[in-house]
Amino acid sequence: MIRLFGKITVWRAIFAAILLSGLYATYLRVMYGLGGSTNLSDKFPWGIWIGFDVMCGVGLAAGGFTLVAIVHIFNIERYKPVLRPAVLTAFLGYVLVVVGLIYDLGRPDRLWHPLVMWNPHSVMFEVAWCVTLYTTVLFLEFLPIVFEKFGWHKPLEWIHRISVPLMILGVLLSTLHQSSLGSLFLIVPSKLYPLWYTPILPLLFYISAIAVGLAMTIFESWHSSRAFGRALELPLLASMARVLAVILSVYLWIRFLDLSHRHAFGLLTQNRIETWLFLLEIALMAVPMVLLYQPGVRMRPGALYACAVMVVFGFITNRLNVGTAGLEAGAGTHYLPKWSEIAVTLSIVAAGFAIFRAIAQYFPVFEEEHHEPAPAEAVGATEETSRADREVCPT
Amino acid sequence: MSKAILYDSTLCIGCKACEGACAERWGIPYNDKIASEEHISAHKLTAVETHGEHFSRRLCMNCQQPACASVCPVGALQKTSLGPVVYDAEKCMGCRYCMQACPFQVPSYEWDKRLPKMRKCNMCYERQSQGKPTACTEACPVGATIGGERDDLIAEARKRLAEKPGSYYQKIYGIQEAGGTSVFYLSAVPFEQIGLRTNVPMEPLPDTTWRVLELVPDVVSTGTVLLGGIWWITNRRAEVAKKEGRR
Repeated sequence: MIRLFGKITVWRAIFAAILLSGLYATYLRVMYGLGGSTNLSDKFPWGIWIGFDVMCGVGLAAGGFTLVAIVHIFNIERYKPVLRPAVLTAFLGYVLVVVGLIYDLGRPDRLWHPLVMWNPHSVMFEVAWCVTLYTTVLFLEFLPIVFEKFGWHKPLEWIHRISVPLMILGVLLSTLHQSSLGSLFLIVPSKLYPLWYTPILPLLFYISAIAVGLAMTIFESWHSSRAFGRALELPLLASMARVLAVILSVYLWIRFLDLSHRHAFGLLTQNRIETWLFLLEIALMAVPMVLLYQPGVRMRPGALYACAVMVVFGFITNRLNVGTAGLEAGAGTHYLPKWSEIAVTLSIVAAGFAIFRAIAQYFPVFEEEHHEPAPAEAVGATEETSRADREVCPT
Repeated sequence: MSKAILYDSTLCIGCKACEGACAERWGIPYNDKIASEEHISAHKLTAVETHGEHFSRRLCMNCQQPACASVCPVGALQKTSLGPVVYDAEKCMGCRYCMQACPFQVPSYEWDKRLPKMRKCNMCYERQSQGKPTACTEACPVGATIGGERDDLIAEARKRLAEKPGSYYQKIYGIQEAGGTSVFYLSAVPFEQIGLRTNVPMEPLPDTTWRVLELVPDVVSTGTVLLGGIWWITNRRAEVAKKEGRR
């Protein structure tokens, strides 16, 4: 097995090559515009900078809100050790989404326009506001790690005090824009292939975001345990994998119901690219779902990791299907990303890995025990019930 | 009242006078090479297409409830009461959602510019607001493109269908498409044979997203109560457990 973060110079060389190609692609983007750096056209205005960088970027960062909800709102403290890496992933993910947007927007200098020029009827307007606010929330959720590092107790206390409303706000904003990324495509009923176009796109996007959030948490725990020589929190990840299996089941069942209610199964008999892409996407979700129900798979790090990777790829396939491939027939054209589009996307992903690693090295991201600034700090892990609650008031 | 355009494919002789007039009105270069392009683009906001022995003219449909205007995150696109859907390039940030959303694939982008804009026909908003006809209707030598009030044009189209039933495919394209447009088509053959999209939904497209967006306040208020409540219960349980020393 090759180590992603290892000292092996081959990986460093690949990393450098990706960044160099990304740099050249950036030059093309700046000098020759979208026409000179992408294969986009009037018929196909959105490519992988939207389909991957934005739609997958936001989704893959969903572990942040999922774990904040689990640990701080449902108070299941057992999951705390993986909370900080998830918040860091989310924060980085959103920052990189904004970087992707800067490449993709025709006028990136006007990125701020939706904040002052409103159109509440636009899904994109809602997404813009949610992403802006949520990135701010993630920054604030990440700040305690910085304060701890430098031993700044005053600001730590201050941020501690607003943490509960902040976390609730974060979960709400995530719910809104994770689903809204699906709503974006409700406006194209005649363009998006019927295997994907459904009025419940927002619901499907939301559930799959939660699933991939958990999968990404397993993914990054596995990688960081190898990179930093930490022990893998296996029992914890195994129990998370159990939750993941259930969420995948719910997701796939809703998709099954949706297709059957829309009488869309007949489409699967057609031998076209959409059919195969759809089957690939479903297989990449269904196979790990079945596997994760086996205790033997959940408790074996390698198998667990493989399942998480499958879910991540299944998710990416789904978003690319909805955002690009599923629109080709309806748009009456074909789209293959230009090399420079791929170079920019790979550079953003590579930068994400590198920055994550650097931050995790210098800040107490993986410090297990822990002066965690949580609202329920002094509290024991508990799902158990207690007696009548009277005088102690929350916060 | 709102303005509209009626294009009668059976009358069109394919002279492309409308193209030239349109280019002139926008100040866009027009020459033989551009004239030979049979599709609309950022440098050609209307185009006459040849489909066998029939002509078909493409331009922005200026929908009654335009998808482009509803999806624009900065409100750069607006439906005017006069009829045209107008675009404010100063607001546009180039997300191209209008292009993705348009069921007629009308908006075009200046892909090769460093500071690009979206381009599309705006049914000569500036001219029409001064009471003048659109450049294309003024230029058409045979009356294949005529302008006027939307209701009057629908009546005129129906009259033509009734008077010469043999010459027309008995439908008017644009009355119901995407919830109604400001450009109507008459044709001798079914519309797909002159390159028009016939799978366009018959409902206003902005409804598809609004059905979800209008739930946002409900989701936020319900979600706040729900999440706050769950936190309150679980936190309380934890505190009690701690007081009782059962960790």
